[in-house]
Amino acid sequence: MGGSRMVELATDLTVREVARAAETVLGRSVQVTPETDIARDLAVDSLALMNIVMELEDRFDLSIPLDRLATVQTVGDLSELINKLRVKA
Amino acid sequence: MGLLDKHLGYRAPLDGIRAAGADPSSVRFDAVLSPTEGILDGKQVILLGTNNYLGLTFDPECIEASAAAVREWGTGTTGSRFANGTYSGHTDLERALAGFYGRKHAMVFTTGYQANLGGISGLVGRGDHLILDADSHASIYDAARLSQAEVIRFRHNDPEDLHKRLRRMGDQAKGSLIVVEGIYSMIGDVAPLKEMVAVKNEMGAYLLVDEAHSMGVLGAKGRGLAEAAGVEDDVDFIIGTFSKSLGSVGGFLVSDAENFDLLRIVSRPYMFTASLPPAVIASTLVALKRCEADVGLRAQLAANADQLYDGLREMGYAVGPHASPITAVVMPDQAMAVTMWNALLANGVYLNLAIPPATPNNLSLLRSSVSAAHTPEQIGTVLDVFEKLGLHYGLLQRSRRASA
Ligand SMILES: Cc1ncc(COP(=O)(O)O)c(C=O)c1O
Repeated sequence: MGGSRMVELATDLTVREVARAAETVLGRSVQVTPETDIARDLAVDSLALMNIVMELEDRFDLSIPLDRLATVQTVGDLSELINKLRVKA
Repeated sequence: MGLLDKHLGYRAPLDGIRAAGADPSSVRFDAVLSPTEGILDGKQVILLGTNNYLGLTFDPECIEASAAAVREWGTGTTGSRFANGTYSGHTDLERALAGFYGRKHAMVFTTGYQANLGGISGLVGRGDHLILDADSHASIYDAARLSQAEVIRFRHNDPEDLHKRLRRMGDQAKGSLIVVEGIYSMIGDVAPLKEMVAVKNEMGAYLLVDEAHSMGVLGAKGRGLAEAAGVEDDVDFIIGTFSKSLGSVGGFLVSDAENFDLLRIVSRPYMFTASLPPAVIASTLVALKRCEADVGLRAQLAANADQLYDGLREMGYAVGPHASPITAVVMPDQAMAVTMWNALLANGVYLNLAIPPATPNNLSLLRSSVSAAHTPEQIGTVLDVFEKLGLHYGLLQRSRRASA
């Protein structure tokens, strides 16, 4: 139980960091949940997404290869990818 | 429901631009009179957006070589390099390019776009690491996809950021391929190549420079930024195009890498497309010789670039960080960029409208490129038009005469 709560907490924090990175790149405030569709709901194009990823690489001191973004559609997907890469790092 | 419905997000912006006047994405020249003049919708315009840096498109020697080749060899090769499309001209040009760069090997592609696609995807593949400047040309991004390598971007022209990202990669930094451009095509800024070479050497990576806009422009011999920065020995691969300084079409890759010949049987954008027509190869060979030998062209180009850049900056326009044959004037927003672009055209000046997402930092730009073939009078005319329109649209506060 405690373990899964920890994972949830970590996901929450990552989602919040994704939101902050998006705000830095887009220059406007955004409201996100894990279900937020990055392209549709945030009007983020592929270039802006790459810039958000670059911002996140710095926040988490992590490499996020762009080819991994192929399966990322929602903020939750992106957070999950980051958490997976963090475990590996 | 049509297959193209997914692109409908572009409908309104495109229609908006069309409603403002001419459509920059479908400009049609009725005639091209010289490297610097054309007829557009019945009106004579100064060409200030053609990447024709050395003005060789109408060079009599290049034209003669092309005409002789089409008579001798026919209009096309009707096949790929890999099959029936290699004529003696193709291998002559590869030898000439290798000689020009002082490298062992050269490979010619059908376009510069394909040189990046085929060069980069031949050098890195699944499991390899490709490190790109964030403002890389679309052909480099598309090459990254085709390669299936792991791609990391670093902040534009920032060697410290490059260093940080390579360090982050740990052991994987060694043997990765860094790709930068000599002159960046939108703003005209130059990569800090010396500093990047230092990072590359420290981390044990390879370096590829796309000299598309710097070949014929930078360096005493016109070999590009690597020559100008004095770091040619530290650049592992050079990619370039024939479609700018050399005034034709095509692309190339040169290197000293061992087993270079294997690229010819693994690089799909090299193998599965028709080779360049003999007429193109013939003019390119002559243009390459002119590019190397005619240092006066480069000096004139630099003088013209300075005249345009200094003139625009002194008027008060926001331009790039330094003079370069590419000068981009930053517009306050896209609507003003479209308005100015149309007004320039109406006043006899053709240049490129560059708007997001094709531009860095979502800027709206009026992108110009000068040629060695421009006269100081033509550039003077362009500056006068820029001043008149800048005052008219409130982009400039006062005229040069008033402030002098
Ligand atoms: C940096 C860069 N690389 C490659 C290319 C592609 O060259 P080409 O138009 O000759 O295919 C271009 C120009 O379009 C470019 O600006």
